Amino acid sequence: MADATDLEELKRGTELVKRGFARMQKGGVIMDVVTREQARIAEDAGAVAVMALEAVPADIRKRGGVARMPDPTNVTEIIDEVSIPVMGKSRIGHLKEAQILEALGVDMIDESEVLTPADDDYHIDKRDFTSPFVCGARNLPEALRRINEGAAMIRTKGEAGTGDVNQAVEHQRTMQRQIREIKGLEYDEREKWAREHGAPRELVHETAEQERLPVVNFAAGGIATPADAALMMHYDCDGIFVGSGIFGAEDPVEMGNAIVEAVNNWDDPEALADIASGIGKGMKGQSKDSIPEEERLEGRGV
Amino acid sequence: MKAGVIAVQGDVSEHADAIRHAAAAHGEEAEVVEIRSAGLVPDCDVLCMPGGESTTISRLIHREGIAAEIRDHVAAGKPVLATCAGLIVLSRDAKDERVDPLGLLDVTVDRNAFGRQKDSFEARIDVTGLEEPFPAVFIRAPLIDEVGDDVTTLATVEDRPVLVRQGPIVGTSFHPELTDDDRIHELAFFPDERTEVAA
Repeated sequence: MADATDLEELKRGTELVKRGFARMQKGGVIMDVVTREQARIAEDAGAVAVMALEAVPADIRKRGGVARMPDPTNVTEIIDEVSIPVMGKSRIGHLKEAQILEALGVDMIDESEVLTPADDDYHIDKRDFTSPFVCGARNLPEALRRINEGAAMIRTKGEAGTGDVNQAVEHQRTMQRQIREIKGLEYDEREKWAREHGAPRELVHETAEQERLPVVNFAAGGIATPADAALMMHYDCDGIFVGSGIFGAEDPVEMGNAIVEAVNNWDDPEALADIASGIGKGMKGQSKDSIPEEERLEGRGV
Repeated sequence: MKAGVIAVQGDVSEHADAIRHAAAAHGEEAEVVEIRSAGLVPDCDVLCMPGGESTTISRLIHREGIAAEIRDHVAAGKPVLATCAGLIVLSRDAKDERVDPLGLLDVTVDRNAFGRQKDSFEARIDVTGLEEPFPAVFIRAPLIDEVGDDVTTLATVEDRPVLVRQGPIVGTSFHPELTDDDRIHELAFFPDERTEVAA
């Protein structure tokens, strides 16, 4: 007879459980969806999770106005539709949107610059939540500030809705370069680096010693093709968020399948050539240089 | 020892570290291979099926031609440790058309049996053959339902099996790779008088 355990002393929402959830997403593609039909397509294409939002970033850009958390009815429909995790976006600093998403049963909350920030000075204190959070970051100090607030996962803050991978590349390479930089520093030099960069000092030491972020790090923002996804994996991202790139493409089913396969085969150019053939056109997109500085999202919530 | 970790998706590096540590504890050196395409499994002495999303892993191992190689590996009697999504993929029946299980482990499973991520938890569980409780992390974890005659249950939670052995396969519904405790990897790959259980 097996040993039996009664769960009297189980612990929920610990750092291990929250960061562990993020680890299970590694090597996967998380797809933005607006409707339950899109969620079904994403799951069938092999997405590891879907991100529920009220409109894909490209449409938020076109539409303008205030972008908020998704409609709770919609979130519930998407949760009922798929068996994979469902994530949801809340506004930066909007504690109540995040609590509502948790109450709805969302598996991870994205405190996202893609939505209109509710607070220009403070992010949500994510440590008190049972649910894990993902946050965007352009560089290492920003990532470590978010982790210090309780984020269990980091993603780049590429310019959402553009289909231009330029900024995601920039953020990821900056992060990698800064990790290499602090790795080579003495203890006292790291202390100074932390002060000068506004980075939590304990996390600076931890990152330098582990030679990587203490949490999972995904690429996000502007990834629109299998080649884009493979490029971000080449730069040591743990996985990929795709927003407008799937449902803004000519054939979302083909594009979804192809991006999932490209992440698995990122280091095999011949396989990528095959995967990227015959899948229809990617989203049209707009280069980040065509977007005025004040309309760029990456500067929100730093 | 050459150890393969099925790496189409999931927490691969955590398993790779746990395998190396478990091997070192037994005076061996493990060479770990990440398997994302066909042709690598036949050279492996042992295999790990990591945690992740079973729908994604199931699709990719079939698409990449890895599924048949895992079957051959088990048929040759070589060890496999399958955790969480890995357990679902090896099962006889996942009760869900979105997963195409390999039917190598004679159990049926209920996916996400504890609920959503906010219901995920860690707990110390008692395991047959281990002296001290094991720190188990359950993340959107499956539970084992029916267990075949050749399957030995090594741990239960609320009367449902969470750790089983059938011949060369050890399956867990939790994640032994998420902590520094490598005893489940040792139990799977280095069975000895301490952990061996009559099948």
